[in-house]
Amino acid sequence: MSVQAWTFLFVGVTFSLYLVIAWLSRVSDTKGFYVAGQGIPAIANGMATAADWMSAASFISMAGLISTLGYAGGMYLMGWTGGYVLLALLLAPYLRKFGHYTVPDFIGDRYRSNAVRIVAVICAIFVSFTYVAGQMRGVGIVFSRFLEVDVNVGVYVGVAIVFVYATLGGMKGITWTQVAQYWVLITAFLTPAIAISLDLTGSAIPQIGLGSDLIGEGTPLLAKLNQINADLGFASYTEPFIGQWDKLNVFCVTLALMAGTAGLPHVIVRFYTVKNVAAARWSAFWALLFIAMLYLTAPAIGAFARYTMLEGLNGKTEAELPEWFNSWEQTGLVLWMDDGDGKLTYTGGERADENELFRSGNLGAVRIGEIRQNHARWLAGEPGGENGGAVLRQAGLSGPDRDIIVLATPEMAGLANWIIALVAAGGLAAALSTASGLLLVISSSVAHDLYYRIINPQATEGQRLLVGRTVIGFAVVIAGILGIYPPGFVSQVVAFAFGLAAASFFPIIVLGIFSRRVGTYPAMFGMIAGIGFTATYILGSVYGGWSSWAFGIGPQGIGVVGMVINFAVTLGLTPFFPAPDQSVQELILSIREPEGAPPALDIELGPEAE
Amino acid sequence: MTHTPDERDPKVAEAIDRYWKKNLFIMAVLLTIWAAAGLGAGVLFADTLNAFYLGGYPLGFWFAQQGSIFTFVVLIFIYAVLLNRLDKQHHADLEEAQS
Repeated sequence: MSVQAWTFLFVGVTFSLYLVIAWLSRVSDTKGFYVAGQGIPAIANGMATAADWMSAASFISMAGLISTLGYAGGMYLMGWTGGYVLLALLLAPYLRKFGHYTVPDFIGDRYRSNAVRIVAVICAIFVSFTYVAGQMRGVGIVFSRFLEVDVNVGVYVGVAIVFVYATLGGMKGITWTQVAQYWVLITAFLTPAIAISLDLTGSAIPQIGLGSDLIGEGTPLLAKLNQINADLGFASYTEPFIGQWDKLNVFCVTLALMAGTAGLPHVIVRFYTVKNVAAARWSAFWALLFIAMLYLTAPAIGAFARYTMLEGLNGKTEAELPEWFNSWEQTGLVLWMDDGDGKLTYTGGERADENELFRSGNLGAVRIGEIRQNHARWLAGEPGGENGGAVLRQAGLSGPDRDIIVLATPEMAGLANWIIALVAAGGLAAALSTASGLLLVISSSVAHDLYYRIINPQATEGQRLLVGRTVIGFAVVIAGILGIYPPGFVSQVVAFAFGLAAASFFPIIVLGIFSRRVGTYPAMFGMIAGIGFTATYILGSVYGGWSSWAFGIGPQGIGVVGMVINFAVTLGLTPFFPAPDQSVQELILSIREPEGAPPALDIELGPEAE
Repeated sequence: MTHTPDERDPKVAEAIDRYWKKNLFIMAVLLTIWAAAGLGAGVLFADTLNAFYLGGYPLGFWFAQQGSIFTFVVLIFIYAVLLNRLDKQHHADLEEAQS
């Protein structure tokens, strides 16, 4: 069977599975819709959190990022896992004890103000949309790469699938679907990693393989990789703090991702779905353990793929190139513009001028065809020819697309067609599970926090559910539009969402739990100052052409400064405003103590059990 | 939860206070290790640590891409075990105080 046939089969089977699960776990009450009735076992919740967490960016782009960044790729690994420690220790148990539906709910009740609640709702929606746009795009990319359909067609299919299972099952449907999606994506990620590790180092455990000697070489893989990188003009793979990634920026990005992880509403809301405070703690442990399975493997894939690419391609003639190269050249993720010697050269850094490998980026197929034609003329010495390599270098498209690292690894390792198709299904699982979790946050923010808590507190269960489902419908469509007209690169946009979450939610929730003194207005001003500063800086440096290195910190790490501003404004204003009243004091005392947590509802019972 | 802090039985208030202080202590210790492994060994001292090796891994690189993640998983495990045990003890303390 061909790769495409296998892909259709796997995508068909997994999508049917998701829909069946959604149908079986459909819900009829708002508690089931938003927090799955709080009856999800800790281990299942951990798995769902992991799937929710690992997005298209984690699955498709992260290993590729590490592969090009080397040491500095560690900031994504540390940031996206270290945040769970903050979450587990500082937030999860307390928010579970609080026992309501959403993050704005906690902020609104703790700071006793609808204005603060609205600011929190806006932050939640803003952060979630920034993040979800990347996911829908990711769905489109996977579809287009493996099934050879248009990216936009892929986005439509993704929108339709998410629409059905998110509106049908709510949080309960999404949670159980995510458990299934976790297994699909982790199998898809580990299988090629183990195969390529065996192939290169003889170790079946990629984490050990990465620190081992190459088969037949007798030198450690990483040492060999450093040497090849140096020979070809690239920066060292293991040496830290090279170029733009100096110590300050690596530190800031890592910390921004950590605090952002702990402040992301779609992750926090997960801890409302378990039985009790103890289960919330275990749930955080299981979540990080399941996430670590992928995050500990990604650096191995990154290094293995880098080695395979540099060694397998350099100096090869057209006839000698491996098959995977030819099949991926058709997608535009990698393009070869020969300089006339008939041998491929892939270099970078000081030797960037000699590089012959490029990617098509945002250039359309027509433009690429034109460049290729002119390049062929240039090689033949005909009039009207133009060196395609120079054109693409000018356009900033040197080197293959990062996404190729994960997508092409199975073929690099010479694995069977069905494993390649499995990776496609895994990428889709990663994107869909994250998108559905985020859409639910958007829906609950509007339907619960805005509609029920502010606009119509007398709303019946039925009305609230209807509003929730309608909002999900609208949100899916908007997400689809953002996927078709993406505001930036998938991983770049996602990284900004963390800065925004770090600068808005994290400080306010932490202070809300650990300080009994911080009152309404300091919190509100702190949140506005933090997210306002961060958003302005990101927009200014990415779109406004400001110098993105003001303070010496790039837009990805600026969330740390926003967070410090938020803390400083909130704490600085606190002495001038009254402390929270008696009822809030009691709320704080009660969430700090595990005794008397509200019991979880039986997941199988309807609202009448309440 | 109808008691205001001042109206609580002093023994109960004391038990709650003790629980919270122990919780904060465990948290502070674990967060210190968290910062030392991730931001410390993985970032601030990565260049120095790279002079040492763990198998084929330069040590700073290993902390940034492997070691810190192992540490984080273990930290949450320890936290869950310690705190859930503390919860049980606190529950017993409260019953004793109220009897």
